[in-house]
Amino acid sequence: MRIFASLRIAGRALRRNKMRSLLTMLGIIIGVGAVIGSVSLTSGATKQVEDQVSSLGESVITVFSGNFTSGAMRGGWGSAPTLTVADALAIAGLKNVVAVSPEVRDRAQVLANGLNWNTQVMGESPDYPQIRNWGIASGAMFSDQDVRSLAKCAVIGKTVADQLFPNENPVGQTIRIRNLPFLIVGELAPKGFNLFGQDQDDTVVVPYTSHMHRITTRTFVNDILVEAANDKVIDSVQKDITDLLLVRHRSKEQDFTVRNQLELMQVVTSASRSMGFLLAGVAAVSLVVGGIGIMNIMLVSVTERTREIGIRMAVGARAADILVQFLIEAVTLSAIGGSLGIIGGVGFSKIVAYTKDMPAITPVTWIAIAFISSAIIGIISGFYPAWKASKLDPIDALRYE
Amino acid sequence: MQTNPVIKLADIHKVYHTGEVDVHAVRGISLEIFSGEFVALMGASGSGKSTLMNIIGALDRPSGGHYLLDGIDVSTLDRDALADVRNEKIGFVFQGFNLLARTSALENVEMPMLYNRHRIQSHEQRDRALHALELVNLSQRADHHPNQLSGGQQQRVAIARALVNRPALLLADEPTGNLDSQTSIEIMGVFQKLNDQGITLVMVTHELDVARFTKRMVILRDGKVVTDEPVPNRSFAEKELQQLRAAQQAVKLAS
Repeated sequence: MRIFASLRIAGRALRRNKMRSLLTMLGIIIGVGAVIGSVSLTSGATKQVEDQVSSLGESVITVFSGNFTSGAMRGGWGSAPTLTVADALAIAGLKNVVAVSPEVRDRAQVLANGLNWNTQVMGESPDYPQIRNWGIASGAMFSDQDVRSLAKCAVIGKTVADQLFPNENPVGQTIRIRNLPFLIVGELAPKGFNLFGQDQDDTVVVPYTSHMHRITTRTFVNDILVEAANDKVIDSVQKDITDLLLVRHRSKEQDFTVRNQLELMQVVTSASRSMGFLLAGVAAVSLVVGGIGIMNIMLVSVTERTREIGIRMAVGARAADILVQFLIEAVTLSAIGGSLGIIGGVGFSKIVAYTKDMPAITPVTWIAIAFISSAIIGIISGFYPAWKASKLDPIDALRYE
Repeated sequence: MQTNPVIKLADIHKVYHTGEVDVHAVRGISLEIFSGEFVALMGASGSGKSTLMNIIGALDRPSGGHYLLDGIDVSTLDRDALADVRNEKIGFVFQGFNLLARTSALENVEMPMLYNRHRIQSHEQRDRALHALELVNLSQRADHHPNQLSGGQQQRVAIARALVNRPALLLADEPTGNLDSQTSIEIMGVFQKLNDQGITLVMVTHELDVARFTKRMVILRDGKVVTDEPVPNRSFAEKELQQLRAAQQAVKLAS
């Protein structure tokens, strides 16, 4: 029998019981819809996270100072005063290094305009916006000259600007850090929250020299930000930095750590991969439940239509024809259910995305997976009823009341 | 009469194994039915006529003996081959019409062609189905569903369905069992007309009135043929219908 004829017969049988067909499909619709909806929302969220990671700069390498050990007390990463500005300058001379910024961090109360605000004060080099992939909204970044002259100038983040200079352009104004006046030369573009929920815009950036000599009196930096030429040379640059610093520090033990953003990215993607496994598990369970619903209804349908099966067999339908007819019916049910589920899931995620103001991305592969697996569920759950129908004896089937 | 019979039954036996007792439903029937014949298979219930009908209709296989249908030995075929034989060689008409509900008359008639081993183009299917409906005078009802048709019309759709694959044999199982007497005569008229066109018919019935429309009567008892003779005083549907109408008119005039 031709597939087209089978499809027509199946379509007619399903239309005969519209309500029942719809209810049967509901299991698959809800299952597929839930999976597609949550996949869309999680991949939207993952994308957002990935964007954030890459906004930190994909080819950025961070050198942290090491673990400070005093007697039996170990201070943890970043506690040891091991990294110096000289280290940073040496790293800048390495191959494939395009930008370097020694970083010093401190929290301080800043005053301006009769207002005050506690914020993070960073000492950086002029390369900082480039490394962090961070634009300047107005004004400009301070220069190498400012670094050399320990200039009292600063670039502030949007949060600080909003807090200290509401409805005012902060550029050209003065801000007091630890009672020292700093001239605001630029305002950073808004960057939002980072992966760890910190407001990146809540910051004041000054030349690292000014920070180390005027605000604090430090001789060591917290860490060094390094930008490699591209993400392919990251590993070799990372190795060069390690070798260089080992030589420079003349230590047997490595008193620093070198990390890159790709590693962070891998952590994030592995998290989203386990989320994917979880979703696949939910999908499998809901599809099995939907499949059982289809099998149930197909069994009822076979019993109900025993006489029809007998008639078809009497006029010459082979067992295989009957099998195919009921299989196609089950697959049609589950495939339509799957399609409606996909549409529903995409719609649901779009609505949530719209109302919650977050991205929703439906990967094409998941649409294909959802459709194919619902069709497979149809085949599996339709097979037993269809096989049962095809094994009926035509004489008994014809006599069935 | 031709030399090659459409149906040749040689010492057919059928035994049902139901639990401890074996039921011997058919005990050695030999029968030849030739092209153009119109045979009534008669017998009380338990005489084995339904069993024999199932064997002739290739729905069941005999336990013993040989059955040649149109030259093919059906008694040795497997399930699929039997299905093909039913599709190509036999047209069935049932007591309960057995039409597919909520399916138009035309689509009911087209149904056997879906299972044809050879592909039939859909326009040819339609043409053949319409032609079959014309043979039973129902072409103007092609789009009607069974529940919109009277019992006699439904049975005529069933006859059209039985004819559509041009079978060697038309097999009717109590075709008038669910119909009133006038409609029964009409249906027998359809059969007689088809028989006149050369179609071979075998009909199972327990009504002598209906059997009289056939040409040959085979009576079974206890799984054996007891009588096999031409029908004396054959009834003709046209004449009977005229008489019936006259009688109805007389009743109306009288009351």
